[in-house]
Amino acid sequence: MRSLNLWIIPLLPALGAAINGLLGKRFSKRMVNIVALGSTASAFAYALWVALQFRALETVPHIETYATWLRSGQFSVEYGFYLDQLSLVMLLVVTGVGFLIHVYSVAYMEHEGGYYRFFSYMNLFMFFMLTLVMANNYLLMFVGWEGVGLCSYLLIGFFFLRDSAANAGKKAFIVNRIGDFGFLIALFLLIKHFGTLQYNGVFEAVAGMPAETAGAGLLTAIGLLMFVGATGKSAQVPLYVWLPDAMEGPTPVSALIHAATMVTAGVYMVARSNAIFSRAPEALMVVAIIGCLTAIFAATIGLVQTDIKRVLAYSTVSQLGYMFLACGVAAYTAGVFHLMTHAFFKALLFLGAGSVIHALGGEQDMRRMGGLRKKIPYTFWVVTAGTIAIAGIPPLAGFVSKDEILWKTWQYSKVLWAIGAITAFLTSFYMFRLWFLTFFGERRGAEGAEHAGHGHSAPASGHGHHAGEPHESPMIMIVPLIILAILSIVGGWVGWPHALGGNNHFETFLSPVVGASAEMHGGAEHAPAHPASTAAAAEHEPAHGERSMELMLTLASVGIAALGFFLAYLFYYKNPALPKRMAEAAGGLYRTVLNKYYVDELYGALFVRPIVLGSTKILWRGIDATLIDGTINQSAEGAQEASDTLRRMQSGNIRSYAAWVTAGAACVIAYMVWRGLR
Amino acid sequence: MVPLSYYLVLSAILFGCGVLGFLIKRNIITIFMSIELMLNAVNLTFVAFAAHWGVLSGHIFVFFVMVVAAAEAAVGLAIIIAVFRTRETLNVDRVNLLKL
Repeated sequence: MRSLNLWIIPLLPALGAAINGLLGKRFSKRMVNIVALGSTASAFAYALWVALQFRALETVPHIETYATWLRSGQFSVEYGFYLDQLSLVMLLVVTGVGFLIHVYSVAYMEHEGGYYRFFSYMNLFMFFMLTLVMANNYLLMFVGWEGVGLCSYLLIGFFFLRDSAANAGKKAFIVNRIGDFGFLIALFLLIKHFGTLQYNGVFEAVAGMPAETAGAGLLTAIGLLMFVGATGKSAQVPLYVWLPDAMEGPTPVSALIHAATMVTAGVYMVARSNAIFSRAPEALMVVAIIGCLTAIFAATIGLVQTDIKRVLAYSTVSQLGYMFLACGVAAYTAGVFHLMTHAFFKALLFLGAGSVIHALGGEQDMRRMGGLRKKIPYTFWVVTAGTIAIAGIPPLAGFVSKDEILWKTWQYSKVLWAIGAITAFLTSFYMFRLWFLTFFGERRGAEGAEHAGHGHSAPASGHGHHAGEPHESPMIMIVPLIILAILSIVGGWVGWPHALGGNNHFETFLSPVVGASAEMHGGAEHAPAHPASTAAAAEHEPAHGERSMELMLTLASVGIAALGFFLAYLFYYKNPALPKRMAEAAGGLYRTVLNKYYVDELYGALFVRPIVLGSTKILWRGIDATLIDGTINQSAEGAQEASDTLRRMQSGNIRSYAAWVTAGAACVIAYMVWRGLR
Repeated sequence: MVPLSYYLVLSAILFGCGVLGFLIKRNIITIFMSIELMLNAVNLTFVAFAAHWGVLSGHIFVFFVMVVAAAEAAVGLAIIIAVFRTRETLNVDRVNLLKL
């Protein structure tokens, strides 16, 4: 088998990170740019080359093993990479979008301190993310998984002099730990029951097991624990709380890590482990329900947020919910498809928001924006493309992928579909709200926010000196935006559904990854409740009724998106006083949603405060200060007292020493005499 | 022939005198002489046993002890002179700089 030398791809950004991290302080900005962009660009180019070679591969998945990493008895873990359709898609998304965001950052971060540090972290992130998606075993994936968490922490807290940024970084890291705990236990279960963590080993072992339709068993447990990890990393209910706060980081970080790549790691993991999940319908059901809940929950919070980046953050949480919903109904390809299109349009939206913030000199509050359409036309047009894409209006990318998810959900459960459809409406509404508030009407300036009271105003450092007339961003920021806008428009066409006369290349392309598992569980025929089998059956024989149904649903979702647009138009363009009146009318409900359902406060009261109190009162003052320190101090004091007594023997009087010696000798002699006499 | 026990008793008495002198005297020179007395009491035991058993090693050992005692006397007296020069006393109770 021909080697593609896949190890080069993660190595390139790792080298970039090392060079910039170790030597960057002495480099000029130009040199830092060359290293950072050169490494990511070459990684992307190499990934493209790999993609071109992909068709010529004899065996898929193409596995390259470089060394044995761990060996312990029968158990061993290899250091190697795994290339199949799924990791290829992830590879291209990560390197491609990552490269564009690096280019954008060159101008965006120009006036910030720690320029080299920023790019070093970004490159390090790319390295870990590539390790995550290309690993050929769960342990190596876990290394990437933890590594991206570390980089996320470092980059959220990039402006570490600001307290809120440092705290947000810690929050992200700690909440992720909770999820990682579940993932780790899933890995232990895999080791215990299958004796391996290699993907092919695990999948082969799982392939021989029947679907756990009758009752939850080992696979359900593994699936659920893995999903606990995914809820942490991919910000799902109940562990989503860190992602909105993560917006404290620089905007390119939000785009790369907290929208396009890292947060989708959980979706990737579930799709990668589809062999396990497909045999655990109860775990899948939990995934679907949690995904659906997250989608609508975050969307409602997104409705009333006033910080432009926070709206996008909640939108990201909501869209991730969609991806899990897709995975939960065993439509893994739809989930990965949405992952890809979401990476395009959400990166675009974040970078566009960054461009707006840049133009306004660090202003993030939408109530003080407005009327920017003419001032920053390029930004306006690209954000428009992103907004339409995410709102789900054909023929843009978001429409295609979201529609496929909703269609697959319809086949699984009408209730989940209804929630998903409502979420689609909310998505359309809050995105057009953002669009209207930012670009239309009059510039509201500082007075706009005064009556609203609760405002999240986090001044982005470094941009302050731009204050004044809004100005368009430099070309180096606009070009990546335009490329992403084009991708947001055409990116969905690779998966154009059958019902609309397309042939869904994307699904066909990915089907070996997930199809393999669908046909592997041969026992599924006598398990009609199983979602994968029904979905698969529907794909193979697209009955006429099904097709018209799909068309109907497509029309419905387009109508829903249009309704969202119309309402936003009414509220925020036609009659800007209306939302305020409605907010007053809703009163308590409005305040609850504005305060994010008080979830942070709830977690604070339920978990954080008891832990902090328990730590200070019991662990610190009680166990550490009293018990451990007490024991040590007591024994030290005892030794001191004892030695103080013994010290008296060392009188310094020579004759007393001599007396001791004589007495000792006398004792020895007496003993020997006594022994001799006996 | 004087029996062995006579020598041993004499030796024990000499050794006891040495110990007693060492313990109760304050003058360094006297203490030093007491040490010599103990050494010679031991020497007497050695030769007594050597004569009794008819072996030579006891005699040889006595010579060793004498040599070491001579060397020790040289060093010890030098120390005593040095002590006397600095502290102008030969009373051991006054030589207590290292005491707490």
